[in-house]
Amino acid sequence: MSQPLLSVRDLHVTYRSEAGPVPAVRGVSFDLAPSETFGLAGESGCGKSTIAGALLKVLPPGTDVTGEVLLDGEDVLQMTPGRLRAVRWTEMSIVFQGALHALNPVQRVGNQIAEAIEVHRTAPDAGARVAELLEVVGLPARRASDYPHQLSGGQRQRILIALALACNPRILIADEPTTALDVMVQAQVLELLERLQRELALSMIFITHDLSTLSYVCRRTAVMYAGRIVEEGLADEVFARPKHPYTAALAAAFPLIGDHAHRMKPSGLGGDPPDPRDIPSGCPFHPRCPIALAECTSAEIELWPTGEGRNAACVRVLDEARR
Amino acid sequence: MSDILLETRGLAVRFPGRHGEIARAVDGVDLVVRRGEVLALVGESGCGKTTLARTIMGLERPAEGEVVYEGEPIRYDAGFLRPYRGKVQMVFQDPLGALNPRQTVYEAVAEGLRIQKLPGDEAMRVADALARAGLRPPGRFLRLYPYELSGGQRQRVVIAGAMVLNPTLLVADEPVSSLDASVRGEILKLMLELVRDAGVTILVVTHDLGLAWNIADRIAVMYLGRIVEEGPAEELLSHPRHPYTRALLSVVPEVEEMEQQILQGEAPDPTRIPSGCRFHPRCPLVASGEAARLGIEERCRYDDLALHDVAPEHRAACHAL
Repeated sequence: MSQPLLSVRDLHVTYRSEAGPVPAVRGVSFDLAPSETFGLAGESGCGKSTIAGALLKVLPPGTDVTGEVLLDGEDVLQMTPGRLRAVRWTEMSIVFQGALHALNPVQRVGNQIAEAIEVHRTAPDAGARVAELLEVVGLPARRASDYPHQLSGGQRQRILIALALACNPRILIADEPTTALDVMVQAQVLELLERLQRELALSMIFITHDLSTLSYVCRRTAVMYAGRIVEEGLADEVFARPKHPYTAALAAAFPLIGDHAHRMKPSGLGGDPPDPRDIPSGCPFHPRCPIALAECTSAEIELWPTGEGRNAACVRVLDEARR
Repeated sequence: MSDILLETRGLAVRFPGRHGEIARAVDGVDLVVRRGEVLALVGESGCGKTTLARTIMGLERPAEGEVVYEGEPIRYDAGFLRPYRGKVQMVFQDPLGALNPRQTVYEAVAEGLRIQKLPGDEAMRVADALARAGLRPPGRFLRLYPYELSGGQRQRVVIAGAMVLNPTLLVADEPVSSLDASVRGEILKLMLELVRDAGVTILVVTHDLGLAWNIADRIAVMYLGRIVEEGPAEELLSHPRHPYTRALLSVVPEVEEMEQQILQGEAPDPTRIPSGCRFHPRCPLVASGEAARLGIEERCRYDDLALHDVAPEHRAACHAL
């Protein structure tokens, strides 16, 4: 692999709350290569959106963040506020979920994009750049004078993508960019992101709970549970032949249509994703794991290699290697 | 006993739009729900599927046509609707919104019993409904408030609130769309159990074709106020006939080996339903010139059409078929 553009090393993020510390991310490492799309999968509370916030240092004040986020070797977590502001738009930017709340409802969408360009002086003529950006995301230039409520969900998501691209970043973090959208509009937005990624040679971190989307968009992916990566590897491989029982359950939750193993046989996991304030001992997945062993309640679990570029955090993987 | 539990005949529901125009949300729907089946009503937002479900519940009144339950057209007086809403229960999407935050689980489930003034031991019925919805032992949950429950547990409470009345029909609007992936399968399993063990019939309203593959016996695909294709789930998903169904299936990530047909634009506006086949402005057959080659383009543009048989039990509304 070429030199990573972004390298996340042993990232820990702990929120403060009245009820005590909330460890949302508990030691996550991954690399993002230039022009690569890397997927982060997991359910609510697994820490995936917290990682997005940590990469850009946009977490609530008082949140405890340790580890390294190296952008071309420079640690984002150690940057001065001024340097960070520049990096947030011109190096890394983010497309949030919930397109309605991420836009200012009383400002024309074109002005919201122009503002970002003017602040960072990345283009001589902000108006022309806005028109260009709208074209890039497949909207007519006249939409610039619309307010957010005049746009459909899909159009608002396109505006957010245009906003994220305003200052020519190298890395785009897409946090559930298609979650609230209809399937057809989802397909349109995914097609757009894929085209942008190719044409602008963007590197992308794609965060979602929907594994089937990831296997379609990403080359490599990581699956998170309770603040840690539990499996990583090539996206197709991870979902077609999961090594971790949690990945297997997630993959089965969205069955292939036409796969008779799942016809009239929905499959899920008992229980619920753990509360970050109360993470089970040993392997945090053990209370829900269909194949847990006695040792799983106390065993130290880490990511173990299981084939080429594949790692999984399950003692059964170790057993397999020993055999 | 007829195997048809409920049907809609020529059903139309209209709403006044913002600028005085009329939105034809449901625009001529004949839908049959058979006893003991799981029927999935599938479509994108704005296609009218939720309005159709609400009309079946008696929550909206049709401008034309009727809803027929066990052979009898439903009426809109309290004397009819109250018992009807005991037998036909709706499970709404967003279980947090559907539950009153200041009501305990017990109160939430007992509420329907009190409204219906059903005789018998309330506490026992509530406990039984919770157990049937998979909240076991029920005693553990009775005194909890919604915020103390997980998303999956909340959805089970909502289902228990419906099941406590021993309904014949459950109308479930996107029952798993707000749930975590690992929990989703458990709720779908529960729905299948209710059909098998409690003999309930389920109409599930969803945009999710994977869900239909998981639990539906039959599927009806809705586009802009009409059913455009219906048939047995397996047949319809393996051999979709209507170009809209084909496009919809082609963009579902859970379908392999189908060339993507991404329709441009969003679901169109029910205040301006196109002439002819209502799908023609977005139809790949028309856009590619295929309709012209088949010599049907004029009909696509100007002749409205009804569902017709394309295979046993399988019907679609397309001039090309």
